[in-house]
Amino acid sequence: MTSSSRQAILDGIRRGLGRGPVDGADKAALEARMTAPKANLIPARAQIPHGEQVDLFVRMAEAVETTVDRVDGLDAVPGAVADYLAANNLPSEIRAAPDPALDAIPWQDRPLLTVEKGRAENADATSVTPAFAAVAESGTLVLHSGPDNPTTLNFMPENHIVVLKTSQVTGTYEEVWSRLRARDGGDGPAPMPRTVNMITGPSRTADIAQQLYMGAHGPRRLHIVLVDDGQE
Amino acid sequence: MKATAHDFKNAASKALKDDNLRQALHRVETGFAGNRAAAISRLPEFHDLRDEGVAIKMHVLDHLDYYLERFEQKVIETGGQVHWCTTPKEARDTILELCRSVDAKTCTKGKSMIAEEIALNPFLEENGVLPIETDLGEYIIQLADEPPSHIIGPAVHKTKDQISDLFFEHHQKYGKTERQSDGRMLVNEAREILRQKYIDADVGITGANFLIAETGSTVIVTNEGNGDLTQSLPKMHIVIASLEKVIPTMEDASTILRLLARSATGQEFSVYTTFSTGPRRDDDLDGPGSFHVVLLDNGRSKLAGSEDRELLRCIRCGACMNHCPVYHAVGGHAYGWVYPGPIGAALDPHFIGIEEARHLPNASTFCGRCEDVCPMRIPLPSILRRWRERAFESNVTPPAERFGVGAWAWLAKHPAFYRVGTRLAVRGLSLLGGRRKRIAKLPLAGGWTATRDLPAPAGQTFQDQWRRQRGRSA
Repeated sequence: MTSSSRQAILDGIRRGLGRGPVDGADKAALEARMTAPKANLIPARAQIPHGEQVDLFVRMAEAVETTVDRVDGLDAVPGAVADYLAANNLPSEIRAAPDPALDAIPWQDRPLLTVEKGRAENADATSVTPAFAAVAESGTLVLHSGPDNPTTLNFMPENHIVVLKTSQVTGTYEEVWSRLRARDGGDGPAPMPRTVNMITGPSRTADIAQQLYMGAHGPRRLHIVLVDDGQE
Repeated sequence: MKATAHDFKNAASKALKDDNLRQALHRVETGFAGNRAAAISRLPEFHDLRDEGVAIKMHVLDHLDYYLERFEQKVIETGGQVHWCTTPKEARDTILELCRSVDAKTCTKGKSMIAEEIALNPFLEENGVLPIETDLGEYIIQLADEPPSHIIGPAVHKTKDQISDLFFEHHQKYGKTERQSDGRMLVNEAREILRQKYIDADVGITGANFLIAETGSTVIVTNEGNGDLTQSLPKMHIVIASLEKVIPTMEDASTILRLLARSATGQEFSVYTTFSTGPRRDDDLDGPGSFHVVLLDNGRSKLAGSEDRELLRCIRCGACMNHCPVYHAVGGHAYGWVYPGPIGAALDPHFIGIEEARHLPNASTFCGRCEDVCPMRIPLPSILRRWRERAFESNVTPPAERFGVGAWAWLAKHPAFYRVGTRLAVRGLSLLGGRRKRIAKLPLAGGWTATRDLPAPAGQTFQDQWRRQRGRSA
């Protein structure tokens, strides 16, 4: 059924454009545009030293109702998480991503905090995940799925806590794509994960009389524990 | 959906008398436009980014066949499938077949204008697969059994009271026997009910804002996160998208994303921008087991090489309708088909024919705000003007209008008659105006004088005044 439709659609496009299939040097040029992607215009806003990028990221994130807690090291994360849960009257239970990046966090320092690992279940109130990167330009977190990072953790619980390192903060989206392609250290671009989530604030809706309400379907609260790792 | 665009005049008259709608449209006029202006003022490069966005889209249209094949190749490499569909029927049949392949009873749906275009919901329902809209606005209008009235705010025409009534009526079966009037409680109620739907659904259907040829990814942009639960919990993810959504790279997507949210809601960036590539990987803990992209043509392959091809640059931000005085007055339903506002008036005739859509190109004052605010600089007034010409040429305009336009054209091409004719008319109208210089009733101009007086001309034609002024300055 669709193989003939496929041909009909491609033929229709080519007829309208008055040419046959792209080939030769034209095709090589298009292929090159895609195998070595170039950035288009980059706004000046985030083209600043790294320290200022981190500050800009925090400002932009807070402007969209993300809360940010800056701490000095991974050792401080259990305390920061426990305090956050207490301050918001949330149960001392978290569902954490089974990511080795979180393994260095000494959860045992807070014995009252129950830490389960795995994908999200509907009953989970709070998730804790790492991030892949963050973008100063708009206060956006970038997370991607994988065996250690189930995507449901980003959407099912009402509260999402992200442990982000300052070295993961970049200026722009384009820098994140470069890091994403280079993340396995191979020759070509690393394969795309099933899901890449750019997250800019907690879930919201304005579908009821254009009034803004938080927590439409995803998390009502998005909290970042920003760990200063002293690297750029 | 069945087109009712031919009834635009009646529908518009009714809309003008609907107080609830007036209230709702006032919020569109003030809210969206103000937020957009504020967001743009914070980004000095915005207009240069528009130029780049236009260049990307034109580059894609010039090589649309190449990019679609490249996109398909990448989808296959990452374990998904692409289904090419020339007609809405073919797309509906394909989606039903996919749903049946996993014995689907229900499917959750993210917001998709293409799903509206192919009238997917009633078809699935007739065939035993219950579709559940999960975007709150879409969910509201699904309960109300209405089409969307705005491309990014499908329920902008509904007041909070109307939504309270709808939820009260439809949520009793879930044990919600109290009528909620607080907005937050309404959101919570929908959240709770829809959460179970995501979990129970066999298939999740989303649209796509972009298809990325570099990676074979499909991209959705939402604020609620509904599209993410829709695609990550069921066993199958179906993406429905039209041809022109394809773009080359992640970098190109980034450029257009910088334009999209700012133009639409005035946000710097939407809350959730999600890139989906293939089904879940073998060792992933969640995600859909299979991934299908249904690619819809519905005339776009032909449009891509036509003089109206610039329409295919549209990124569905809704800025044109948010700034349109006609949309502000009549709302989206009056347009009578899937796409309302200026973009709809320019696009709908391509899908439903100019005979059905004959009033839509006239539903414009040509004030040009739509073109000014369009992030993709689509020349909407020029395209609407072409539709007016085509409507005239293909004889779909009514006889009285044709006679009027014909008479005007003849007069405009005979300057001597024009001069004499306009002089006589000006003198006559000026007499009719009397001392008040206002005309309360005029044959052939009942449409104007029914609701207001026509100001009488001052006594001289423009040409006569021009001649005199020029004589003075020479």
